Amino acid sequence: MNTAKQYRSGLVENFDLYAPKLVDKEEYFAAGHRACQGCGEALAIRLMCKALGRDTVIVNATGCMEVISTMYPTTAWKLPWMHVAFPNAAAVASGVEAGLKVLRRKGKIKDRYVKTVGIGGDGGTVDIGLQALSGAMERGHDMLYVCFDNEAYMNTGIQRSGATPFGASTTTAPPGKASRGNRTWKKNMPEMMVAHNIPYVATACHSYPIDFMNKVKKARSIKGPSYIHCLSVCPTGWRCDSKSCIKMGRLAVETGAFPLYEVENGKYRLSADMPETLRPLEDYIKLQGRFRHLTPDEIGYFQERVKLEYKKLMTKVKSSR
Amino acid sequence: MSKRIGMEIALAAAEAAALCRPDVIAAYPITPNTHVPEHLSEIVAEGRLDAEFITVESEHSAMSACAGASGAGARAFTATSSQGLLYMAEILAIISSMRLPVVMIIGNRALSGPLSIWNDHSDIMSQRDIGWISLFAANGQETVDMTIQAFKIAEHPDVMLPTNVNLDGFQLTHVVEPMLMPDQEEVDRFLPPFKPFAALNPDDPVTLGALGLPDIYTEACKSREEVLLNSKKVILEVWKEWEEQFGRKYEPIEPYEAEDAEVLMLTMGSMGETAEMAIDELRKEGMKAGLLKLKLWRPFPFEELKEAVKGAKVLVVTDRCLSYGGAGGPVALEVRSALYEEKKRPVILNYIIGLGGRDVMVDHFMEMIRTAAKADAERPEKAYEIYGVRE
Amino acid sequence: MAEKKWPETWQEVNPGCIVFRPGSSRDYHTGTWRAERPIWDNSKCIKCGICYLFCPEGCISEDEEGYFAADLNYCKGCGICAHECWPGAIKMVGEE
Repeated sequence: MNTAKQYRSGLVENFDLYAPKLVDKEEYFAAGHRACQGCGEALAIRLMCKALGRDTVIVNATGCMEVISTMYPTTAWKLPWMHVAFPNAAAVASGVEAGLKVLRRKGKIKDRYVKTVGIGGDGGTVDIGLQALSGAMERGHDMLYVCFDNEAYMNTGIQRSGATPFGASTTTAPPGKASRGNRTWKKNMPEMMVAHNIPYVATACHSYPIDFMNKVKKARSIKGPSYIHCLSVCPTGWRCDSKSCIKMGRLAVETGAFPLYEVENGKYRLSADMPETLRPLEDYIKLQGRFRHLTPDEIGYFQERVKLEYKKLMTKVKSSR
Repeated sequence: MSKRIGMEIALAAAEAAALCRPDVIAAYPITPNTHVPEHLSEIVAEGRLDAEFITVESEHSAMSACAGASGAGARAFTATSSQGLLYMAEILAIISSMRLPVVMIIGNRALSGPLSIWNDHSDIMSQRDIGWISLFAANGQETVDMTIQAFKIAEHPDVMLPTNVNLDGFQLTHVVEPMLMPDQEEVDRFLPPFKPFAALNPDDPVTLGALGLPDIYTEACKSREEVLLNSKKVILEVWKEWEEQFGRKYEPIEPYEAEDAEVLMLTMGSMGETAEMAIDELRKEGMKAGLLKLKLWRPFPFEELKEAVKGAKVLVVTDRCLSYGGAGGPVALEVRSALYEEKKRPVILNYIIGLGGRDVMVDHFMEMIRTAAKADAERPEKAYEIYGVRE
Repeated sequence: MAEKKWPETWQEVNPGCIVFRPGSSRDYHTGTWRAERPIWDNSKCIKCGICYLFCPEGCISEDEEGYFAADLNYCKGCGICAHECWPGAIKMVGEE
């Protein structure tokens, strides 16, 4: 479904319709970056920066966003930005946060609050960066970590990660006579962050920009660790049209494949953009080349599992009321 | 006024690091360096040092957190050993490329396997080509002094490179020695505050850790190489200032009875003090034996080495590390390369000694030097020998 | 610290390859990648700004009258703006 249909069915209130006008006009992530056409992750980064504002330090894990934004001697970043390696964005951010804190305490830098924000792709977060992230969250650093999840190692050429959904074809989980693509279920990273007992965990998607930016603003205001898992559509890796990037994110949410919710101090709340009833999963996966090989049986299993996971989430939402 | 103390060297190293007022300390426990961060956390807990102590979940994160802190403009310190150093390896090379002057103490320990917590130099030798400045201490006093010197060298505007201070695990870390500990006022006078090239500041946003395409990577490497080579000038300056202020002399290669020596031995780290006793004994026997103690490993002091071996007929290089499948220990490789173009150079023998905590006694050093002395006329048969290995 | 725009010799490479020019990616024009360009029909535009909000390049801006246009130096022609514009005010047309 696109905005046009939502508008006609009265789902878009006048306020929401003109909400883009209220967004910070400053671009902190400049044009000229080398992301692919229609990159959802670049869009999500751009929106995140607008929500964070200038008093922010970004620590980036190696990945698409690092590579496409900082080809020496140029940078797309207008915020102070640091990249060290692939697995350690959260650890580097720990050091930045501690450094800024102690320098402020000692009067060596201006006494003003600067938020430290670690960012990484799904590989840099749920796989190789998991240990560093777990450590940073557990230690309670005053930082936000945002995972931009495009569901595979896109930067190196679409290899499967722990965040790759069931059935998806990737270059290391290709379908063939003896295989049907990725056989495992997507790792539930937001739930792992909830298990760290941090004050704020949320899921988001660039296709719901106002919701995403509000969540970033809320996380920014929290003194302590917070985590946002942002589904970021990758037309290149998902094998879909670049123009359908926003639509694909909406379908992931509307089918329940990627539900939007927040967990504040252990209390689950479904985000306002979630529909009353979920659309059939097929509406989402049939538009993507990475799922093209799936048989009706496999789609059936996929659909049932999505429903089951959604039910589990709804149980937590209901028990939080 | 410096104070005479008797203290375990690891604790003294922590005291020395604390005198440098680090802003952020991030460390992970591993034997035998653990007493350094342990004692630092005590110093922070007692309120004697205002610093953030990050109890990271791995050495990889320890070095990463130090990188972040340094990028934020803070003075960062860590310590590790052996497997911990190798776990950091990925970040070590990046930190020097980003010119982040982190200071690290390494309580040198053998690499697994078989698992060994005891001392040799195979940890740092595996990380010798990654652009750090490497100093080797021979005793407690040198550990204290070099720890303080390391901050000044690392943070010098012409250097801005990470620096490690190596001390032998157990043989130094866990030994109680008498030392002179400088006081805060003295260290404050010696060590200026840290001023980074650029720090993560919203008023003046910079990008740290950019991507280098093939059209820039070579030039970036050359710039790193130049700054590391040129750091020797700063190191010598800092050591001169140290001598002027504290009266203790430091040089890249410290000679002992070397002036008229025909047979020279070269050591690194704590073995030097044992080797000195062997030299004394051999001198009593009338042998013209001498010792060179290598204190600056990176940048390697080529000129000083050439000068130091000028009059010698034989040079015995000791290594506490094997270069498996290579042409000898890493120190011998460096020494041989340094002297290869010299018209008149000594015969070079290489002994691999003290692996994984194997004791090397005065008698052993005497035997090595005596054997080497006979090699005067002819070239040695083998490029290196693992001394004392049971056959 | 002064910085030459494009370093040639090693002496011109900044220490640690630090980049001191925020937003300098604009030196590079991604517009050359484009196969189609977005054209706005302002008679259909309701000035909602959804095109501006969803542009991954951030290259769509609002003029004094509240209408929108893409900076073709950077527009990669992904077509998101045209696809998401519900009144259908944006059309993608092929580049010559």
